Amino acid sequence: MSELLKVPTMAEFMAQGKQPEVLFWVGCAGSFDDRAKKITKAFVKLLNKANVEFAVLGTEESCTGDPAKRAGNEFLFQMQAVTNIEVLNAYEVKKIVTACPHCFNTIKNEYPELGGSYEVMHHTQFLKTLLDDGRLTIEGGQFKGKRITFHDPCYLGRANNVYEAPRALIQKLEAELVEMKNCRRNGLCCGAGGAQMFKDAEKGDKEVNVERTEQALETKPEIIAAGCPFCNTMMTDGVKAKEKEADVAVMDIAELVANAQDL
Amino acid sequence: MHYIPNILFAIVLISGIGFFVKNVKKLARNIKLGRDVDISDNKSQRWKNMTMIALGQSKMVRRPIAGFLHLVVYVGFIIINIEVIEIIIDGLFGTHRVFASIGSLYGVLIGAFEILAVLVFVSVTLFWIRRNIIKLKRFWKSEMTSWPKNDANYILYFEMVLMTLFLVMNATDVHFQDMNSGNIMSQFIAPWFSGLSDTTLHFIERGVWWVHIIGILVFLNYLYYSKHLHILLAFPNTFYGKLQPKGQMDNLEAVTKEVKMMMDPNVDPFAAPAEEAEGDVPAKFGASDVQDLNWVQLLNAYTCTECGRCTSECPANQTGKKLSPRKIMMDTRDRLEEVGKNIDTNKGEFVEDGKQLLDNYITREELWACTSCNACVEACPVSIDPLSIILEMRRYLVMEQSAAPVELNNMMTNIENNGAPWPYNQMDRLNWKNE
Repeated sequence: MSELLKVPTMAEFMAQGKQPEVLFWVGCAGSFDDRAKKITKAFVKLLNKANVEFAVLGTEESCTGDPAKRAGNEFLFQMQAVTNIEVLNAYEVKKIVTACPHCFNTIKNEYPELGGSYEVMHHTQFLKTLLDDGRLTIEGGQFKGKRITFHDPCYLGRANNVYEAPRALIQKLEAELVEMKNCRRNGLCCGAGGAQMFKDAEKGDKEVNVERTEQALETKPEIIAAGCPFCNTMMTDGVKAKEKEADVAVMDIAELVANAQDL
Repeated sequence: MHYIPNILFAIVLISGIGFFVKNVKKLARNIKLGRDVDISDNKSQRWKNMTMIALGQSKMVRRPIAGFLHLVVYVGFIIINIEVIEIIIDGLFGTHRVFASIGSLYGVLIGAFEILAVLVFVSVTLFWIRRNIIKLKRFWKSEMTSWPKNDANYILYFEMVLMTLFLVMNATDVHFQDMNSGNIMSQFIAPWFSGLSDTTLHFIERGVWWVHIIGILVFLNYLYYSKHLHILLAFPNTFYGKLQPKGQMDNLEAVTKEVKMMMDPNVDPFAAPAEEAEGDVPAKFGASDVQDLNWVQLLNAYTCTECGRCTSECPANQTGKKLSPRKIMMDTRDRLEEVGKNIDTNKGEFVEDGKQLLDNYITREELWACTSCNACVEACPVSIDPLSIILEMRRYLVMEQSAAPVELNNMMTNIENNGAPWPYNQMDRLNWKNE
């Protein structure tokens, strides 16, 4: 399958004197993390399927600086931001889509003040517009009637008020969407935000991702849907800690939509 | 001789209000110890927020039981102030129930006050039961011992007493009971005093009247020392609350200047640094003490009602970690009060006391436990942002002290060297395409 993936870079578009419709910001997790790479590929398959002219920055992409900023390193964050903005502005990028809510939040909200203003969308929002415009059709396929619960990523939901796009996509799969005790604006963090992903948690009674996984498992789901590579990792670890990996899968919305059509 | 009660009343009133004004001035001065920040944007949205959140209690009712009970006490408080106006006029001019001249409407008004007084009494009793008998978890966290715990109960006792005094005052007012208009609740209390002579009743009524108004003035002055200050500060606090998306953290301007200079190829690296204007460079990056925070954050601290909705939603707190957003706010206020007292005792100058907000109040363990998920910000009924303080203090730890946990230092080194938080080569960023 992989040889079929069309992943043009901005440099290639530039060489042909063309502009893509949208820049796909892959993010560090999407580029390097083995689990998150699958999400990246699933999303690319959907872009290919919908004939979206997109491009990636490839080796010209760098960390947005989100974990550095939230850890308190404003210098490093702004160095990263200014460098990225120079690249994006040089390519005259107008519209960006990303599968990482942290990249989404940072580029959307924190880059404009530093000279980088773009239209930024989360991949679930972008897929929703493709669907609404009839460029992509979603069918239930293997997920028809399955119980799916959605874990709201903090940086997508509470931080930016995006609650409905991912849910709309799940419902299009003709799946049964079940909500956790804490959902939407009351969603519970997966435990990875604010640079926690990169360090051990402080001492407590329990890990945050285990608590959140317990809430998810209470809904008796067959699938826990996520919209963030970090949430995905945390929830996968939580399901393993509960020894439920045989019964419950953790999947990104892009993977659900792509798998439903056997892409 | 005839005027003695009026003069006495004026003295009590003026000293009560005067003492309060003195404390309010101190409060304003303390808040102004914070860094300046310009909040003049988007006035219409700010008025709307204040109207909805503070006046309209829109976020209180998200927890229906506490929200409803709070609404009763809140409405009761607002409306009963009309009665207080009457009391003040009567007290100053020696009149009695001066508003009674408006006729039957007076009965309707007082009747409404009496019903509210009973409802407030019931609500406050339920609040007391929630705190002391049911022992709701969020009222029994580690930061809720001694003063914070007692303060909450004192407020409830105060309100119970004030409501009782109001009802007894009406019940023992023979003239008012004879009017039989508006005594919708007090008529049931009046029989408890039957058999007493009119003189005795009048004596009780006057006594209760005085205790009631003095109680109100004492309560007014108690505000400054108490979490109850929120009844005033909730309004400015919701007005000045954050309007940007919750995920947006401010870009430190001083850093932007430095970074722009570093990135500018036209800057001569060997040139002598330009003379910086006074106040251009911050004394330090981030915050280690209250003066490093901005005045909105300090206003936040004084506004905190210690309700603990933030802490009960905090994922770190829920999983037993040391972090409690409520404690962050309480610590900030306590330290600010300490700094204020220091300034008062040292004739307007702050004298170094060897303490600061970091370590002496808020530990590093608390700061590093935060996932920046914004649950606390979402939960706060009065637009307090504990996360912004946590971030400022992390900035101090990282940029001034290089005191991040080792793993975070590794992460940051990776970003610096490889453009990713993990030790992968930037040239491998597109490898997934062919895997």
